[in-house]
Amino acid sequence: MDLSETGEEAAFRAEARQWLEAHVPAAPLASFDTAAGFEQHRAWEAELFGGRWSAVSWPVEYGGRGADYIKWLIFEEEYWRAGAPGRVNQNGIFLLGPTIMEIGTPKQKARFLPRMAAGTDIWCQGWSEPNAGSDLAGIRSRAVLSDDGEEWILTGQKTWCSRGAFADWLFGIFRTDPAAERHRGLTFILLDLRTPGVTVRPIPQLDGETGFAEVFFEAARVPVTHTLGQVNRGWQVAMATAGFERGVSLRSPARFTTTADRLVELYREHADPDLAGEVVQAWMDAEGYRLHTYLTVSRLLQGGTIGAEASLNKIFWSEMDLRMHETALRLLGPDAERPERSWVDGFLFALSGPIYAGTNEIQRNVIADRVLKLPRGTAP
Amino acid sequence: LRFAFTEDQLLFQKAVRDLLVKECPPVAVRHAWSSSDARAESSVRWSHLAEMGVVGLLAPAASGGLGQTEVDLVLLVEECGRAALPEPVIETAAVAMPLLAAAGEGRAGAVASVIAGEWPVAVGLIDTGPYVAGAATARLLILQAGDDLHAVEPDDVQIIRVESLDPTRGLGIVTWKPTPVNRLDVPPGAADLAFDRGALASAAFLVGLADRMVELAADYAREREQFGQPIGSFQAVKHLLADALLRIDFARPAVYRAAWSVAQPETPADLRGRDVSMAKAYASDAATRAARVALQVHGAIGCTWEHDLHLWMKRAWALAAAWGDAAWHRRRVGRWLLG
Repeated sequence: MDLSETGEEAAFRAEARQWLEAHVPAAPLASFDTAAGFEQHRAWEAELFGGRWSAVSWPVEYGGRGADYIKWLIFEEEYWRAGAPGRVNQNGIFLLGPTIMEIGTPKQKARFLPRMAAGTDIWCQGWSEPNAGSDLAGIRSRAVLSDDGEEWILTGQKTWCSRGAFADWLFGIFRTDPAAERHRGLTFILLDLRTPGVTVRPIPQLDGETGFAEVFFEAARVPVTHTLGQVNRGWQVAMATAGFERGVSLRSPARFTTTADRLVELYREHADPDLAGEVVQAWMDAEGYRLHTYLTVSRLLQGGTIGAEASLNKIFWSEMDLRMHETALRLLGPDAERPERSWVDGFLFALSGPIYAGTNEIQRNVIADRVLKLPRGTAP
Repeated sequence: LRFAFTEDQLLFQKAVRDLLVKECPPVAVRHAWSSSDARAESSVRWSHLAEMGVVGLLAPAASGGLGQTEVDLVLLVEECGRAALPEPVIETAAVAMPLLAAAGEGRAGAVASVIAGEWPVAVGLIDTGPYVAGAATARLLILQAGDDLHAVEPDDVQIIRVESLDPTRGLGIVTWKPTPVNRLDVPPGAADLAFDRGALASAAFLVGLADRMVELAADYAREREQFGQPIGSFQAVKHLLADALLRIDFARPAVYRAAWSVAQPETPADLRGRDVSMAKAYASDAATRAARVALQVHGAIGCTWEHDLHLWMKRAWALAAAWGDAAWHRRRVGRWLLG
């Protein structure tokens, strides 16, 4: 165990800090859930890519730096410390990208990864459907092979696609063998949202901005070369992606240590001794999540894997984030109902944490079944 | 940066676990309850732990110890917690051992006796409050007066026994006199460091207790049937246990980091205290929650004297309150954080 940074790690941190200080926009960008803000964030992704900072953990050949997990965490710490913009392409860079690298064809890697890293293609995910939420295997959207076998013909509907309103591409799973058992017969498909037969309908979220979209497919034709992994093996591909998402990359600890630091500042402005304990607990929880993450990635670096334990992470960060925002609202008192306060906006977003990426109830089932080895219930 | 243990450290942990599975089963803990005057030095498992080097782990190799650090120790103390070990490993191995080893040649005899497992030690610091655990059966007492620490012989103290929920705690109120002879020649700040070591080790012990309680409850939930199926198949039960496990899983890295901070002599005392306090607050909360959940999952049988669960629960409650409870430690983090 050595919790001090190596010289190389310290140099990496210094380089990241220096670049970010020189490049992070002085004024905050507009929300990426607006049309104008989305393009500002796309431009920022391109700027990050220009400095080779958009996908630091990717290999150099795709525009990354080949950074290991520790360096990735260091970069994230510097990124949040610098107050840099949110990552509009996080679904692509952190979820889809690693999956393409693992199981994509050479053509897919060449076609998708550089444009993803550069922010040329912004990705959203298409998993949920109106009748397939927690019960994701209940997916009904169909993909049928064309007569010549060259294209998938998609019909059906996806929903709750974050950033789907303005994204360029969607990755999702579609039913390709309706006769197969629920978790089989699904295929992972990548598609251009401008494909004829695809209709995107934005959905305003609690903050009034169109952070969501639902996407309709009416005989939309997609080349079969855009199948990721094997046909009818889409569930396994999706679960690999979900492992990355819940495990480490979706919410880096720096996001929450930054929130905790802001909460401490808010406490200094509104010092309410009754809330001191909550503020201290919030700071400890953010730090606790950081330590837990470092322990996890150190295990990964030694050849370990992350499995159902990822569900512990997801529960912890999502409930911590919500608690921190609730504490902030208590400190704000009468200002807690004013939406222009960033804490209020953050609260509205934090509310969705225990829901997206697999509800916390599903995560608790996963922990009980796979870590504690309790017997499976009748449902789910 | 590498937040991981070495292969050797993990093997040592496993060796201690295996030893205690054999030599410290629940029936042995229960036996210690009914003979709370039993002396650690006459316990076979304590001498085995001493032979393995657990008791003298923090003493330098030149004195006959293993010359290892708190990072090595927390893994082993966690195992002692898992077994609810009745002997005073926290006080003796984590607190007294490094103190005596730092106190110079004059204490060489005491160092050797502690390493050999012959001298269980009790510790009474200002911040540990009025009760000294293991006071009546200790062969040496480390006691604080002002900024100074003293190593006091049992003959030189008067002890009023105090009952604990957990009889193995052997609590006493100790009356004694500091003298130049029993004063320990240790560097300034040694008392604070001693307290941090005790709080750290009790946090590690609590993690082990908590882990075992969740394990016991999960075992029970797999076996116990109601409505024609194991109660562990019900979501209400699954979620209770998943939450308890979550707290343990997040307490552990806090304990490991605190061990690292204590083990680095250059760590400033305020940061060391912050890290230890975070660990103890997390571990105390995790263990009391694990006790509560394990009891709920066991149902009425868990409320009986006959069932073993209370051997772990009562130690958890006792240690959650000892060495500063969660609220005390949160306040200490708060003083660092909020001023």
